[in-house]
Amino acid sequence: MSETEKLHYEQKVQKATPTHNLWMQMLKAFLVGGIICTVGQWILNICTSMGVDKDTAGGWCALILILISVLLTGFNLYPSIAKFAGAGILVPITGFANSVAAAAIEFKKEGHVYGIGAKIFTIAGPVILYGIFASWVLGVLYWIGKMMGLV
Amino acid sequence: MTQMIGKQSIRFESPVYILNSASIVGKKEGEGPMGELFDVICEDAMFGNQTWEEAESTLQKEAVTMALGKAGMQSAEIRYLFAGDLLGQLIASSFGTASYQIPMFGLYGACSTCGEALSLGAMTIAGGYAAHVLCVTSSHFASAEKQFRFPLEYGNQRPLSATWTVTGAGAFVLSDQKEGKGNAASARITGITTGKIVDFGIKDSMNMGAAMAPAAADTIYHNFMDYNRSPKDYDRIVTGDLGAIGRTLLIDLLKEKGFDIGTVHMDCGIEIFDADKQDTHAGGSGCGCSAVTLSAYILRQIKSGTWKRVLFVPTGALLSTVSFNEGKTVPGIAHAVVLETIS
Repeated sequence: MSETEKLHYEQKVQKATPTHNLWMQMLKAFLVGGIICTVGQWILNICTSMGVDKDTAGGWCALILILISVLLTGFNLYPSIAKFAGAGILVPITGFANSVAAAAIEFKKEGHVYGIGAKIFTIAGPVILYGIFASWVLGVLYWIGKMMGLV
Repeated sequence: MTQMIGKQSIRFESPVYILNSASIVGKKEGEGPMGELFDVICEDAMFGNQTWEEAESTLQKEAVTMALGKAGMQSAEIRYLFAGDLLGQLIASSFGTASYQIPMFGLYGACSTCGEALSLGAMTIAGGYAAHVLCVTSSHFASAEKQFRFPLEYGNQRPLSATWTVTGAGAFVLSDQKEGKGNAASARITGITTGKIVDFGIKDSMNMGAAMAPAAADTIYHNFMDYNRSPKDYDRIVTGDLGAIGRTLLIDLLKEKGFDIGTVHMDCGIEIFDADKQDTHAGGSGCGCSAVTLSAYILRQIKSGTWKRVLFVPTGALLSTVSFNEGKTVPGIAHAVVLETIS
């Protein structure tokens, strides 16, 4: 079939397909994302008030958020929260933890090597790879900048 | 005696009957509008197994056992088995039906497999190659999600155009006799229209209704042409799993060709779930969707004579995760089976 016919059908499909309300989605993501950040800040404040230095407190904060996320994944509560919150819960470290834990649970049946071992990062893998790559690029830029006396 | 008519249809001269059928579904399907019509509803999504794939195999196995039991037959009396599912290399069918030791053809037509199996089964009987054949197809929500999308516990937002894979299997005993062991057959298969692969360039794998609607429209249109029929010749035209969006597009596409099927059209995917209460978005899908709806609902309507002639058109989206990742389109296919009351 011709490209115009395809385009004609594509337009028809767009007209017939309902989509989520973007503004509503953004509001929900903003609220839940904000709550997660507030909880994080709360953990940080408690840690520092207990005399823990700032870096270690940051570590505790990340660990606790990851733990909560993994537990919610294990009890299968995470998908319902994500359905409501979207990027609000997927973008913070909680989303990363969920993507790793969910894959581990699902692929456990295929064995510890070819199942969990090979497939645990099927969703998180790209984040890890391009995260490391991006930090490498920035490192090189920083190094060049330092050599030229810019930073 | 020629049984070929038009471009891509067959009108069976020798009678082919659906002697009996069985359906088994999961909990969610059991809670749906057709809940009380299914033969078995299983609360356990694993069906007593360790993995999702084994669970789907059990669905097929149980559906076959029930269909044979209702027809009062032994597996040795079945000449051929036509089986299919959605999993890679058809493992649900292979592991589910191995113990029956029936000569077997494994089929893949995505969610259209039920139509494909019934078409080939009917041809086999009409051609005199078998007196009894069995057709079985299945799908399982969790095994399909795992293979095509994400792990179950992964949190993501499904678009409103997404469908919910039905957990269920339907099995059908086809025969050249309209009675077997004291049972009257449910319906007669009087013909088929085999679908072509139709590709309108849709690339969104989460809008399968849109990808399959052109294929359904093509097959239904050719059925009308080959048989010289129109929508009023059918009490119902039942598509497999187009969902709400696919239905709108199908009706629109056929209107462009001069046929209005709006009043006689029904879609198994729309009927099987209550979209508002069960949060399934566009509707149900999967090889199990059309199979269990046919067994539990449509065949009853035909047997009781409420519907005299039905065009049953399961629809399939022919994609894989590889084709999708490599930027390919989602082509569709649909196979039509003409079902009639036994007079």
